[in-house]
Amino acid sequence: MAKTNNRGQLRGRRVDPVVLAEIQILLGALPRRRDLLIEYLHRIQDHYGHISPASMVALADELKLAMTEIYEVATFYHHFDVLSDDDAPPPALTVRVCESVTCAMFGAEALIKDLEGTVARSYRIQRVPCVGRCHAAPVAVVGQHPVEQATSESVARQIEGGDHEPETLRPLSLDDYRKGGGYAVWQACLAGVRTRDEVIKTLQDSKLRGLGGAGFPAGTKWSILRQQAAPRLLAVNIDEGEPGTFKDRHYLERDPHRFLEGMLIAAWAVEADACYLYLRDEYAACRLLLETELVQLRTSALGPLPLIELRRGAGAYICGEESAMIESIEGKRGMPRLRPPYVAQVGLFGRPTLEHNMETLYWVRNILEHGATWFTAHGRRDRVGLRSFSVSGRVSKPGVHLAPAGVSVRELIDEYCGGMLPGHELYGYFPGGASGGILPASLANLPLDFDTLQAHGCFIGSAAIIVLSQHDRARDAALNAMRFFEHESCGQCTPCRVGTAKAARLMAEPKWDGPLLLELARAMEDASICGLGQAAPNPLRSAMRYFPQEFV
Amino acid sequence: MIDFKLDGRDLQAMTGETILQAAKRVGIEIPHLCYKDGYRPDGNCRACVVDIKGERVLAPSCCRQPTHGMEVQSTSERARHSQRMVLELLKSDMPPGERSAYTPRSEFDYWATVLGVHGARFPRREQPLRDVSNPAIAVNLDACIQCTRCVRACREEQVNDVIGYAFRGEHSAIVFDLDDPMGDSTCVSCGECVQACPTGALMPAQFAAHEVPDRTVDSACPYCGVGCLLKFNVKDERIISVDGRDGPSNHGRLCVKGRYGFDYIHHAARLTTPLIRREGVAKTAALVKHADLPRYFRPASWDEALDFAARGLRELRDTRGPASLAGFGSAKGSNEEAYLFQKLIRTGFHTNNVDHCTRLCHASSVAALLETIGSGAVSNQVADVAEAEVLLIIGARPTVNHPVAATFMKNAVKAGKALILLDPYRSDLARHATHYLQFRPDTDVPLLNCLMQVIIEEDLHNHAYIERYTEGFDELKRCVADYSPESVTRICGIAPATLREVARLYATSKGSMIFWGMGISQHIHGTDNARCLISLALLTGQIGRPGSGLHPLRGQNNVQGASDVGLIPMVFPDYQRVDNPQVRARFEHLWGTQLDPKPGLTVVEIMHAVHAGQIRGMYIMGENPAMSDPNLNHARHALAELEHLVVQDIFFTETAGFADVIFPASAFPEKTGTFTNTDRRVQLGRQAVPPPGDARQDLWIIQEMAHRLGLAWNYASPRDVFNELRLAAPSMAGITWERLEQSHSVTYPCEKEGDPGDPILFKTGFPTPSGRGKFVPAAYTHAAELPDTDYPYVLITGRQLEHWHTGSMTRHASVLDALEPEPVVSVHPDDIEAAGLKAAEFMRAESRRGSLVARVRADPGVQRGTIFMAFCYAEAAANLLTSEELDPFGKIPEFKFCAIRIKAATVATA
Repeated sequence: MAKTNNRGQLRGRRVDPVVLAEIQILLGALPRRRDLLIEYLHRIQDHYGHISPASMVALADELKLAMTEIYEVATFYHHFDVLSDDDAPPPALTVRVCESVTCAMFGAEALIKDLEGTVARSYRIQRVPCVGRCHAAPVAVVGQHPVEQATSESVARQIEGGDHEPETLRPLSLDDYRKGGGYAVWQACLAGVRTRDEVIKTLQDSKLRGLGGAGFPAGTKWSILRQQAAPRLLAVNIDEGEPGTFKDRHYLERDPHRFLEGMLIAAWAVEADACYLYLRDEYAACRLLLETELVQLRTSALGPLPLIELRRGAGAYICGEESAMIESIEGKRGMPRLRPPYVAQVGLFGRPTLEHNMETLYWVRNILEHGATWFTAHGRRDRVGLRSFSVSGRVSKPGVHLAPAGVSVRELIDEYCGGMLPGHELYGYFPGGASGGILPASLANLPLDFDTLQAHGCFIGSAAIIVLSQHDRARDAALNAMRFFEHESCGQCTPCRVGTAKAARLMAEPKWDGPLLLELARAMEDASICGLGQAAPNPLRSAMRYFPQEFV
Repeated sequence: MIDFKLDGRDLQAMTGETILQAAKRVGIEIPHLCYKDGYRPDGNCRACVVDIKGERVLAPSCCRQPTHGMEVQSTSERARHSQRMVLELLKSDMPPGERSAYTPRSEFDYWATVLGVHGARFPRREQPLRDVSNPAIAVNLDACIQCTRCVRACREEQVNDVIGYAFRGEHSAIVFDLDDPMGDSTCVSCGECVQACPTGALMPAQFAAHEVPDRTVDSACPYCGVGCLLKFNVKDERIISVDGRDGPSNHGRLCVKGRYGFDYIHHAARLTTPLIRREGVAKTAALVKHADLPRYFRPASWDEALDFAARGLRELRDTRGPASLAGFGSAKGSNEEAYLFQKLIRTGFHTNNVDHCTRLCHASSVAALLETIGSGAVSNQVADVAEAEVLLIIGARPTVNHPVAATFMKNAVKAGKALILLDPYRSDLARHATHYLQFRPDTDVPLLNCLMQVIIEEDLHNHAYIERYTEGFDELKRCVADYSPESVTRICGIAPATLREVARLYATSKGSMIFWGMGISQHIHGTDNARCLISLALLTGQIGRPGSGLHPLRGQNNVQGASDVGLIPMVFPDYQRVDNPQVRARFEHLWGTQLDPKPGLTVVEIMHAVHAGQIRGMYIMGENPAMSDPNLNHARHALAELEHLVVQDIFFTETAGFADVIFPASAFPEKTGTFTNTDRRVQLGRQAVPPPGDARQDLWIIQEMAHRLGLAWNYASPRDVFNELRLAAPSMAGITWERLEQSHSVTYPCEKEGDPGDPILFKTGFPTPSGRGKFVPAAYTHAAELPDTDYPYVLITGRQLEHWHTGSMTRHASVLDALEPEPVVSVHPDDIEAAGLKAAEFMRAESRRGSLVARVRADPGVQRGTIFMAFCYAEAAANLLTSEELDPFGKIPEFKFCAIRIKAATVATA
């Protein structure tokens, strides 16, 4: 038997005292808590440009965690460059090019090829999923600086001469927000002018629904939370990652305090003693903005604030799933939890948690200020309220369009988006990002809202409309979507982990094995743990159902 | 009870039961892969999904609890479709073929057959390479289905925290540490992951793991005092593998020794025939190498060897008197063997000169316990950590010496209990500790006195308890008053604030358990150390309740039992003193002979008596004093001076080299008997295989010796011996052999048949004359030999995970030997550098008594100025250096402290 060689050391890797000292300095005054692991990893990644084995060993030692606890978290998130012993560190600059649906339609592949062809590169090109700027496709991000409608020339200019830091945002300031009556509703709540019951009633009457995609009635959620045992927590999902979606960023960049006020009202209403904001790492400028505005808020003495912590995602779409986000805030791999129990019962740190998409909270002030009817007055085809559509693709004026619930895609294109791009005719559309499926032009008059598209194998989700024209193929879009899900599957359950990968392989074949794909799709929908795996086959099914001509 | 419907059938689930468990209980099988009984269900594989009426998607039956009236389908077309697809997806990524390439016990194959999944229609993934870097475990991740049972095994059961689930999506992979080869990782090779793996992706690297056993035998582990129950898998009269059983102390868990350390019994070096020393071959203090055995010994028949052995002892007894004889029994033997051995010495030799290695491990603890609270065993079982709020572990490395007990301690910490760890050596347990105090060696008494001083000063002591159940508080209070944190910090090196915090934490918790090991006992102030721990518990009333008590972690698998049945010189079975006339009269009646009224000599005293010419003959069964005694040069000289030495063992041990006659004996799996673990659980070890060659079972050998020493014994089986033992030991009188056969494990005290056996002692006082626990204050005293300019380092001896005691078993176990093949001496990296050495180079360590050379291992857990070494290596025997100074009460040597010096050495010769 092979004997262990004469070991002059204990088993396993050893802490390098020099690296440990560096890590201790990097972590600085941050408390040493397991739930902050991803924040620590960001500090290491930001400082060194990568995460080396030595730094993980040192970090484990500093946190009294096992090495593997660091490693399995670090390797889960794509924004961490985790090195093995033999790896050379990556170049200092990373250029991320989005290759998701809209950017792919606008030439991302050619852009990547062009950029990769450049010689003597001191940077690396990374293919990444949606960066939330689909209205300006194709998009590249140089360092942390986005380049919209990117060309190889504009990207090269940004690399060489330009700024690699996040772009500067000019939101409505706290003062200006207050001048417009900002924070008065919250203060009225605190002062007892408004009661919790009344606030929740108004919210229920407004029929405001969760705008992250699931559409759960917000007021009902608040009242459920109030029935749970204290202490309760609030978690805000700003991990906007559904390809085609950019509405949260849109509002955050312009009017952050409207959202923050909504958050504070929610925290007050459900008596949550802490708010956790989970922001996707791709929104670097928004992070700086929020950091600044939170400081403003804290120093403003507007009222007693709950604990507010801003947490930074690290490149994982799945963390937009509510329970995966909670896992991530706890410093773990973003793997969705099995339900029951629900997040409202057992959520963040095991406590009852009110979790909301950022936009849902954004509307709270308006609804309370102007009454429920301000919101319910809108709507078409018997649908109620407003929806923020992120429209991208072959339309003249892509962007975020606030439109009545129940609007059809045809109306949206014509009334809000200035029609189709010249030379393009409507061929089909994603009604709800990559996961919402694909509908054909023949179904362009369906009301776009929650609950209206199920019969057609689709859903509105985050209201990300990607418009395809006769120059696009649904099967290409479906394959793009499946590759996205393969890339973003957390790897926890078999149907999704293996299913997305096998489906993507089969869909890349010139001829699809339709029956097998449908068998697979059924198991993914029925047996996956979370919405990612359950919805992943939607585009595949849609392509086969509505676009049979592409498979002849 | 919850009524629900499964596949049309009315079922009842108990509260907390999942659909899968409720179904399983009534014999309905639902396919499952990631679910394993006893583990936290994870629900990731989705092979167990079921169709619940009214739900949008399928639900994992392993995680979902039924509700009243729920209608569940596990065999509907919809449920079956997903179950099959899950298996087909997984199968498409496994090595091709209908059956697992790695194991005949593949759960995956079983379910694939049940569901009729024979092939896979999907393209295969790129397969990972095989990892055979660990001598114990082969890693075949091409068969991995990412069910994470191994992760839960490593993290949630054993809490070794080596295995992780890293990367994402399809790239998700099982990793060790930072995706290191398993053999290079911090893996301790406990094999829990192998036991958990449903596909053979993790398999034993050795042994005929692929073979299907002829039979399996329910038994116990032969190594430490934790007392894990296990199953020997036997083929062609050889053990091919071991599985953990759901014993009360292990719940299926094992450590590397228990799981992979069994093939020593099949080693070619086993003694298989009686041996008699060749005439004219002189004895010297030098060890006889196994290769030279034929020059020193000749084979003999059993009759000749037994006659020869008995004659020599008989002649000494009859000419020089009983006091010229002594016997060492073994804590590795069964209760029945220990009982018969001490009975043989007492009734055949007519002396109480009988002892065993308890003298070297917990004699001082037992002395203190008997003196203060009237009972030498643990008050609470290890499992009680689940009830405690605070665990205080001092002078112990349970992750190494009681690995499976340590897993339950780590589980408790993960469940939120506080762990206070006090030890000069920073072990891997320190990572889990809420408070780790790396105090200076030899300062246990001031440290513990200080904790008591804080408790009294801050009025945190339990007045009511002290009043009702103790005596001597005032003396204690006076004694500890001198030990303020500010003065003690200079002695033990722990900050005053930490001392206060720890004292408060221990005193004010709802339940605090103290565990201690030989770091406490193996000092010349070992009894004082233990007295302080007992006082700490009495002072705070942290005893006599669930999760609140005292637990000296017993070392050998039957050190508790061997002591209980009288294998110690001053007491008969059940700690009844030999110098008590009533007791003696009872035993004279039971055994039908006159008994020596004088307590006998202890282990080290016996060696001194040999030197002094008083003891001339010995019978040593299963002990290895030529390795385990302190100051080995002295001990080996003594052994060489014996006129007649009979050694009974399974290997030609270092001690056997000094013998006049050697009996080839039986190993643990070759016999049946009872063994008492650290928890006071009496458990049954069952014979799995026959002894090799002409080796015989020890009970037979002892009885044959008895016959030749004039005793008319007639025990037909271990059960006969056990039944006599019940008469001799009232606290075990209620345990029947039938009950042991049925339930495998019974806790004593169990005085009457049918008694449940009491896991918690001292609920209402103590078995002392006054019924009270006695505070025995202890003042700070020093070790016998302090470091000085000539010998500036402190040597601390102990054990390591892979090797047991003197190594006679483990160094003959192929996997354990491969994992730790040669002597190492653990030194702080800075001290290595200071000595002009580098890690892995050779170092000479010298004391005033001896010298050795071994390879240096850098170990930052070792305190600067101290050196650690295990005593299992004959080629560099740590006990050559140790001092034979004894604790005056427990007669235990100071294995944990002597002065040495170190220097570079070029060759590995001592």
